[in-house]
Amino acid sequence: MNRSSYLLAGIIGSFLLSVYALVIIPQKQLGSMQPQFQDDEGKIVDIYPVENVGIVHAGRAVYASEGCIYCHSQQVRDEQNGLDMERGWGVRRTVARDYLFDDPPFLGSTRMGPDLANVGSAKWRNEPENEDPDHKPAKRDAKWHLLHLYNPRVIVKDSNMPPYRYLFKKQKIGGQRSVDALDVPVEEGYEIVPKPEAKNLVGYLLSLDKSHPLKEVKTAAPEVAAK
Amino acid sequence: MTAAATASSPTMTAAADFPAAERAAIDASTRGPVLFFFGNAMLWLFLASILGFIASVQLHSPEFLASIPFLTYGRIWPAYTNVMNFGWASLAGMGVAIWLLARLSRVRIKFPGVLITGGVFWQVGLTYGIISILAGKTTGLEGLEIPTGSAALMLFGYLLVALWGSLLFGFRSQAPAYISVWYLVAALFWFPWTFAAAHAANILPGVSGVVQNLAAAWAAQNFQSVWLSAIGIATAYYLIPKVINRPIHSYNLASIGFWTFILFSGLTGATRLSGGPIPAWVVTLSISASILLLVHIITVTVNLVLTMRGQYHMVYHSPTIRFTFFGVLAFTIASVIGLFGSLRSVDKVLHFTQFHNAQFHLVIFAFYSMVIFGAIYYILPRLVGCEWLSASMISLHFWGAAYGGGMMICMLLFSGISTGLSLIDPEATFGQALQVSQVYQVGRTIAWGMVAIGQTIFAVHFLLMLMRIGQPGGEPTLFAPIGEEEKH
Repeated sequence: MNRSSYLLAGIIGSFLLSVYALVIIPQKQLGSMQPQFQDDEGKIVDIYPVENVGIVHAGRAVYASEGCIYCHSQQVRDEQNGLDMERGWGVRRTVARDYLFDDPPFLGSTRMGPDLANVGSAKWRNEPENEDPDHKPAKRDAKWHLLHLYNPRVIVKDSNMPPYRYLFKKQKIGGQRSVDALDVPVEEGYEIVPKPEAKNLVGYLLSLDKSHPLKEVKTAAPEVAAK
Repeated sequence: MTAAATASSPTMTAAADFPAAERAAIDASTRGPVLFFFGNAMLWLFLASILGFIASVQLHSPEFLASIPFLTYGRIWPAYTNVMNFGWASLAGMGVAIWLLARLSRVRIKFPGVLITGGVFWQVGLTYGIISILAGKTTGLEGLEIPTGSAALMLFGYLLVALWGSLLFGFRSQAPAYISVWYLVAALFWFPWTFAAAHAANILPGVSGVVQNLAAAWAAQNFQSVWLSAIGIATAYYLIPKVINRPIHSYNLASIGFWTFILFSGLTGATRLSGGPIPAWVVTLSISASILLLVHIITVTVNLVLTMRGQYHMVYHSPTIRFTFFGVLAFTIASVIGLFGSLRSVDKVLHFTQFHNAQFHLVIFAFYSMVIFGAIYYILPRLVGCEWLSASMISLHFWGAAYGGGMMICMLLFSGISTGLSLIDPEATFGQALQVSQVYQVGRTIAWGMVAIGQTIFAVHFLLMLMRIGQPGGEPTLFAPIGEEEKH
């Protein structure tokens, strides 16, 4: 009997050690973290990060629902861990504070596609710089993202991303052509327009920008970033 | 045939001698629940084969089934991993665990209906969870996708099963407990607490963003390296000595292995977020634990391989030994590759590639499932009263699982390594880095087809057993008769 008490004590003790070390202590360390802000003569300005509200919140739900996390990460690693910054995915590594309001954060574990932590930033690129003009980084605005979601291979020839045509609908053109209509071939008198899910998703993607400077992490100097 | 005596001899090594009649009565008391768990696990395995195949095709042919929302890759893939984990692996594991605990504790199962009820709750929760994932309702946390409501149902069902398992241990008439029992008790205890704690971290307010990821990574790692690994090792520690009819090589070694396992396995989870936005010390701790686990890897491997010493030819005769021993060797390979993969210098190259997918399949398929297949080949004849119909069908299943599964894992490894090496090459664009692994994705689909064929043959064979279509009971179905000269 004595032996099995040791056994049970060992099993319970090791579990407690495990949950303490990997969950409870990190929570104690990070749980009270607050957004960073500047105190401008009593006025709080420049708050980062901010809560996910409106279209960003709705778009996050679509991002989770379609399982984007299985191919796209949202974490930029530092220079010791690969070429994330050199590839144009960010100007600094991402840290815990960046994900303060994300419930849950979409860190991702696999890159079947590029990292999206900063995809909404104007500086984000996935193509090498200083190429000939034909290959210069695309301007990724709402129109670009919608078309890319509808048919990735129209924009990126070798893309292995699945199309999300079911986030769009075909409708009869009533009078004016819809402002959201995609530039894709479709039968006469019809147009392809995004459903609310697609618009929310794109709104969320365009909001993704974790390049705001933070005290705890060094941002690469512009000339280094633009090497 | 004298050969049969070797495999079904009542003189025991794992459990001390006890009368064949008593053992048969204990086996009979487990029949209902164990067949229920095995049968349902087989259905989930069948579903996993289909989902896994679709996901595999989609990685090289992105248009495949892309117009159907619930079949899009981003939903199929988590559905596949969850069906594999919680459907096939967990249910089959619970079946084996119940059977082993009853035998090793020398206790008959009373009120088997409780176990079946537990299995029903588990599967109602799981079914609802998988439908939710396919419908796009998920927690968004990798490894913890099943919505909390479904998870609660699963947990309730699990607690019934675990309670009955613990009662078997509590009322055991055989002390001290055999090493397999140690592992099983550890597995039964660790799983629900990990599962519940990780879901709690997801829904409780005030849990900081990335701590949710950390809790999910911790739970996913514990699921593999504690829950599945403990059941797999417990099963191997029972089956190998039992079938070759000889005690395990060293009990002290087994004991050291167990304690290093239980101490360090649960600390390895943060390697999944290596280099990510979590405190660096957590990752360092997990890497250290992974390295210290080497003691466990070596002791288990040495112990089981030396137990087989002089009897290696049994892999040519006994289906149980062939599957189980394959699983043991895969355990060693999976663990060593996992250890290397956790080192920072390796992780920075392979972190976001298919390498960790290879690692997942090494553990759950090449190690765990193969051991469990071995166990099912051993246990089922003792429950249904007849032996497996056809040695060729078992053989085909083995080739499908071993060659198909091995090829699939190699493809994933090659894919991960080639992409990883391109990713650290500043000259290669990201698109090019993905392109270099495309050919391996195609190979993986072919391999997956081989696995599925093997699985189907196994399912048919299993069904025949349930219908009591097989060889007369008493003499195990062997690949080849054991020659006189080989017996000692």
